[in-house]
Amino acid sequence: MAETVSIKPGPALAAATRAGIEPRGAKPRRALSGRNIMLYGTLIVAALYYLLPLYVMVVTSMKGMPEIRLGNIFSPPLEVTFEPWAKAWATACTGLNCDGLSRGFWNSVRITVPSTLISILVASVNGYALANWKFKGADLFFTILIVGAFIPYQVMIYPIVIVLREMGIYGTLTGLVMVHTIFGMPILTLLFRNYFSSLPEELFKAARIDGAGFWQIYFRIMLPMSLPIFVVAMILQITGIWNDFLFGVVFTRPEYYPMTVQLNNIVNSVQGVKEYNVNMAATLLTGAVPLFVYFVSGRLFVRGIAAGAVKG
Amino acid sequence: MTGQAHTGRPSKLLRNLNSKIASIPMMLTAVVIFLGGTVWTVVYSFTNSKLLPRAKFVGLDQYERLWSAPRWIVSIENLAIYGVFTLVFSLVVGFLLAALMDQKIRFENTFRTIFLYPFALSFIVTGLVWQWILNPEFGVQSVVRSLGWTSFTFDPLYNADIVIYGVLIAGLWQGTGLVMCLLLAGLRGIDEDIWKAARIDGIPMWKTYLFIVIPMMRPVFITTLVIIASGIVKVYDLVVAQTSGGPGIASEVPAKYVYDYMFQAQNLGQGFAASTMMLVTVAIIIVPWAYLEFGGRKRG
Repeated sequence: MAETVSIKPGPALAAATRAGIEPRGAKPRRALSGRNIMLYGTLIVAALYYLLPLYVMVVTSMKGMPEIRLGNIFSPPLEVTFEPWAKAWATACTGLNCDGLSRGFWNSVRITVPSTLISILVASVNGYALANWKFKGADLFFTILIVGAFIPYQVMIYPIVIVLREMGIYGTLTGLVMVHTIFGMPILTLLFRNYFSSLPEELFKAARIDGAGFWQIYFRIMLPMSLPIFVVAMILQITGIWNDFLFGVVFTRPEYYPMTVQLNNIVNSVQGVKEYNVNMAATLLTGAVPLFVYFVSGRLFVRGIAAGAVKG
Repeated sequence: MTGQAHTGRPSKLLRNLNSKIASIPMMLTAVVIFLGGTVWTVVYSFTNSKLLPRAKFVGLDQYERLWSAPRWIVSIENLAIYGVFTLVFSLVVGFLLAALMDQKIRFENTFRTIFLYPFALSFIVTGLVWQWILNPEFGVQSVVRSLGWTSFTFDPLYNADIVIYGVLIAGLWQGTGLVMCLLLAGLRGIDEDIWKAARIDGIPMWKTYLFIVIPMMRPVFITTLVIIASGIVKVYDLVVAQTSGGPGIASEVPAKYVYDYMFQAQNLGQGFAASTMMLVTVAIIIVPWAYLEFGGRKRG
């Protein structure tokens, strides 16, 4: 009896201390009070609603077409097949070609990796300059940058097309990487500026007295101290760039289309019989990368979006 | 002379040079792309550019044409419906979920993970999943019908009158998790003592939320509102994936209008005018907020 009493409040207390709050409210209630049934009932129903589409995607992608035509979309597959997955990956047609999503996947990789690295490098150095080496006029540029983050992309797309065309990189992956670097800059610069500003200033001053310069302080002190924020920025950029559609469709030629664009072309192509199982397998494949990043990163993802949300 | 310049104080421009070099990408982005690009588009929205931008000014012609185009009117109406419902529902649902999550529940992380995962997915994926679920032949409608309710009709994506609500369902599924997260962070920022004081005074919980906590969270709500609102104006991929603007033009949105006129119809002037209208919409949302948020602080 004594044992159950000591164990029961355990997890709740631990959760409360983890959250950094002391226990509040009345004494612990019975687990099955009316309040708890309401509370958890609502949460579970909501959770089911949010999980439903993922479930439907998974089961649909593992059914054969005859089963889809006869059954309902919520029933689990009677005969599990991975053929739709293979087809979505290797042979599904987009109207232009029939080599499936694999081409889009590798394009997305070739877009996401350099875009993420370059945008983070540029923005972190920039945030560092703004936080520690402020020069006259820096605030003005920074303000324009942050205000610019609210301008709809549609307003700036065409001028960028002209700039890229003049540079001779319109339609190429290089051009798209540049566009992602540009549009990642406001949020990332803000993220890094705020983070570097929060580091103790004495550290920076000590390094200055020891004779370290701009780049030396960045690479030997700031960078090693800021790995968590670099991870947050990476999560933000990988998911954001992987999920991009507009820039991919505007700034690249069809052979370089990222996965999202190709997925849309496969599913919404008007030719041929609709193969819903292949479509759902393709959709899941495209969502897999950001979902993987999301589930692995956990709290850091939340931190990333919170940082993206809170301005100033 | 030159020797003297070298031995004297370094010129003003060269002071803090590395920092300036590091900021070149930001300066170029801010001035050339954000400022220059915006001004360029606005200026060229007064021209009759077709396939290529031409500086032949025609006054407000493009805007007159824009506002007399049925497709643009439908786009604006859709944006208004989508916008109002998204704001209301995502704030209400987001807050309710956040309030439930704030009751010291078990498995908080699990629930949060579930509510937020759609936000990690792209609008394309979101649109395609919901296109499938709302498919009348196989989706929700057919499932309910097979349960015996044969006259049940739920085909938002094929009914021009309600198609935008079909898009709304998908949009809410994707975005409410974010709203919940932001508001939950806001709730956690409320001082514990407020809750204790309210409880001592015997104020019921719902009243404490409605009259004390929510007013205290005003800044969080405003920030959330601005984030949702600027997302709404940009809505594009979701519609492209889910309905391609159809049936007919029933689910068109302004961002799609811009893209189609710029890159498909080869009517740049219309595209510029439409995108300028989008800019105006955003300005209507942002300027008052920025004024309240930053203008007030300076004076205070």
